[in-house]
Amino acid sequence: MNTPMSWIDIGHIDDIPLRGSRVVKTRAGCLAVFRTTEAQVFAVGNTCPHKGGPLSEGIVHGTSVTCPLHNMIFDLETGQAQGMDTGQIPTYPIRIEAGRLLLDAASVSSRSAA
Amino acid sequence: MQKLVIIGAGMASGRVLEHLRDTAPDAFDITVFNAEPRGNYNRIMLSPVLSGEKTYAEIITHDDTWYADNNVTCRFGEKVIAVDRDRRVVIGEKGEVPYDKLIFGTGSAPFIIPLPGHDKKGVVAYRDLEDTNAMVAAAAKPGARAVVIGGGLLGLEAAAGLRLRGMEVTVLHIATHLMERQLDEAAGYLLRRDLEKRGINVILQASTQEITGGDAAEAVHLADGTVLPCDIVVMAVGIRPAVQLARDCGLTCGRAIEVDAQMQTSDPDVYAVGECVEFNGNLFGLVAPLYDQAKVLAKTLLGQADAFKLRELSTKLKVTGCDLFSAGDFAGGDGREDIVFRDPGRGVYKRLVIEDDQLIGAVMYGDTGDANWFFGLIKDGTDISEMRDSLIFGPAFQGGAQADPMAAVAALPPEAEICGCNGVCKGAITAAIEGGATDLGAIRATTKASASCGTCTGLVEQVLSVTLGDDFVRPAAQPVCKCTDLTHEDVRRLIKSQELKSQPAVWQELGWKTPNGCHVCRPAINYYLLADWPLEYQDDLQSRFVNERNHANIQKDGTYSVMPRMWGGITTPDELRAIADAADKFKVPTVKVTGGQRIDLLGVKKEDLTDIWYDLNQAGMVSGHAYSKGLRTVKTCVGTDHCRFGTQDSTGLGIKLEKKLWGSWTPHKVKLGVSGCPRNCAEATCKDVGIICVDSGYQVSVAGAAGMDVKETERLHDARTEEEAIEWVAAFVQLYRENGKYLDRAYKWVAKVSLDWVKETLSDDATRAALNERFEISQSVYRKDPWADHNQTRAALYQPLADLTQEAAE
Repeated sequence: MNTPMSWIDIGHIDDIPLRGSRVVKTRAGCLAVFRTTEAQVFAVGNTCPHKGGPLSEGIVHGTSVTCPLHNMIFDLETGQAQGMDTGQIPTYPIRIEAGRLLLDAASVSSRSAA
Repeated sequence: MQKLVIIGAGMASGRVLEHLRDTAPDAFDITVFNAEPRGNYNRIMLSPVLSGEKTYAEIITHDDTWYADNNVTCRFGEKVIAVDRDRRVVIGEKGEVPYDKLIFGTGSAPFIIPLPGHDKKGVVAYRDLEDTNAMVAAAAKPGARAVVIGGGLLGLEAAAGLRLRGMEVTVLHIATHLMERQLDEAAGYLLRRDLEKRGINVILQASTQEITGGDAAEAVHLADGTVLPCDIVVMAVGIRPAVQLARDCGLTCGRAIEVDAQMQTSDPDVYAVGECVEFNGNLFGLVAPLYDQAKVLAKTLLGQADAFKLRELSTKLKVTGCDLFSAGDFAGGDGREDIVFRDPGRGVYKRLVIEDDQLIGAVMYGDTGDANWFFGLIKDGTDISEMRDSLIFGPAFQGGAQADPMAAVAALPPEAEICGCNGVCKGAITAAIEGGATDLGAIRATTKASASCGTCTGLVEQVLSVTLGDDFVRPAAQPVCKCTDLTHEDVRRLIKSQELKSQPAVWQELGWKTPNGCHVCRPAINYYLLADWPLEYQDDLQSRFVNERNHANIQKDGTYSVMPRMWGGITTPDELRAIADAADKFKVPTVKVTGGQRIDLLGVKKEDLTDIWYDLNQAGMVSGHAYSKGLRTVKTCVGTDHCRFGTQDSTGLGIKLEKKLWGSWTPHKVKLGVSGCPRNCAEATCKDVGIICVDSGYQVSVAGAAGMDVKETERLHDARTEEEAIEWVAAFVQLYRENGKYLDRAYKWVAKVSLDWVKETLSDDATRAALNERFEISQSVYRKDPWADHNQTRAALYQPLADLTQEAAE
């Protein structure tokens, strides 16, 4: 799908605690934006494919998050479940510019349509 | 001859002059303006001047003779007021100079945070010789104190210099570790430790609020109320390109003066070089690219082809004794592999980041001998797949050496205490081993180490292992998680004995195998640190399970349950009304009376948490901590107030206990019960701590369970008075807090250490008093309502970062 990128400013990086996450509401459901180091962020779907746990509430370690409900671990860059588990969460382009977080809104809405 | 005018006599433009002199000394008639009343000096060597290791004369690059010999007209100490590009003249304070070619070398200006009081005397930047001299003058006063705002490269060099001059120095840094743009947390931790060893006080996550004083700065105030008296404030929070002059004369500027790869600005006769330049969106602060720019610009001026290229940069800190290096991109990520090497004994940390068989980043602390070799691999994009396994050991690797997980124990000095109960030090144990003891039993028999509470067992085994080598077969111990080979008991003891007071300290000193732990070890380490260092360690909410981070219990549908405290199970009509109102207002689907004698509101949305807490707070209620590994409830019966069998005021004692213990964190949850007579209506004998009131006083019993296991409590002590009962209960809880393994309920912990040991320990009056005192110190931090606190400090985090549901559809 060749939807052009459309970057939307969703906040400042310091709005997210280090090794924490905040939720972004979209029409397609909630995304979770994770801050893994001082200047590294990831945007993924907030819902664990296992039992629907809110991943944004999980403990963040390295570039992974552990679902708060049943401890399924996801790699934030690929969205793949780790270890013995299988499962996939969607990932979304996000970048940092002068401290502002820019999310690619086109990919959010195009994937919701898909 | 063409007329060349240069604005700014800095390091970059100085290098342009040198290139022109070397290749075409007669090509231009050159005039240099400089606002500072001097020529080009080696600005990056100001740190040694500040520290007194060098003099200003030693860092001058071009002195008056040099300018004279090379026929450069100097207009030093004269500001340029404007540039008129139509008439091709530079207008200085003392007159105009015409040009054929013009170079902007205006550099950058330090960024001054516009705090209240930032314009007071004694608030300086760290940029030029004047700043440096101001700092040297301030340091001359005996006992003078400095506050440095900014824990980056420049700020730390300033702090180290001032400290060497004898000042008391505090560094304030807003991020969670020092030099966060160049270092990861582990290296930042080691740097902080080394700076603190030199007597520099470091405060992280410091939010500076204002600078107070009369004419001159006298104190810096932080948002958390800390006041730091000082004689000088150094702001080293960053630089901004100095581009006003360029902008005023109409050159195209973004964040700085935009140039192409030939250093040409939007005007073909005007060039720019150095920190005032923006190239392809990049700004420049380190000297290496500035020298590259100078070389390209000199060639461009002479009509020779060349192009400026971005290249990898590396960082070193010019603080004697703090050996650090950082280069490339060291963020983790998928497809990237980390190779981590830690040698806690030597304070060494190395981390390499590899992607697609290439080294793309490196951070090193404590041993940077191979830094240039690694930097070369990064710059050249060398394929490292062949040497992947031995890469971290550097170019001189001869095979073999592996990081020793026992290093932490091996590094302990002989006088380090191993067994706290019996006061046995490491030296006594190694002596026993040399005397023929080869296993735990023999050590216990000869030294009594690990023969009492047993929490040092793992450590004794490690001493055996380190001393005997392969001759000792260690029983398999369960490590905390895959991040470490150490057990919980090891970690707890090492946190105390090595005085580890932060998570990065634990990761580094205990040789963690992951960059920052995992969901298993992080909550445990966070608990151990806050239990052992209540005043020094700051509770890390990001290391807590969701319920303890959000102070509510998450339910399977992602909503939360909210449960206010009801002290001793007593409530009032007003509280019940407030609970009912809150349930209505927030459309709470389920209201449940719990087994712990309180009321649970289930199904509250996260966004509503802070509001419902606010309403409950307004009615005088606080969090019931129904979600915490901490004090939950104190269940009571009505006691002598109403009951015809009651022997004591069990309700009153329950309330007193709950008010003393609430807010405290424990290895697992702690529930209490107080029954007014042996009929035991409060079911006290299956709690972690249960009290049965009798005519003669209070029977305090502990280590009950009514969950996966059901177990009756065991008698700890018979107290005559309420005060005595409370003192014993608090001492027991504190002993559990200090020694329990994370996620062991009290009954499991007591089974491990034995009730006899608990009784013996607590029956000593001085020990009990000390435990009570330490408990109260911890409670001075934690006995507070997290709901009110989060409403004040973290309310925004309970709301979505952004709501895009209103955005137009694509």
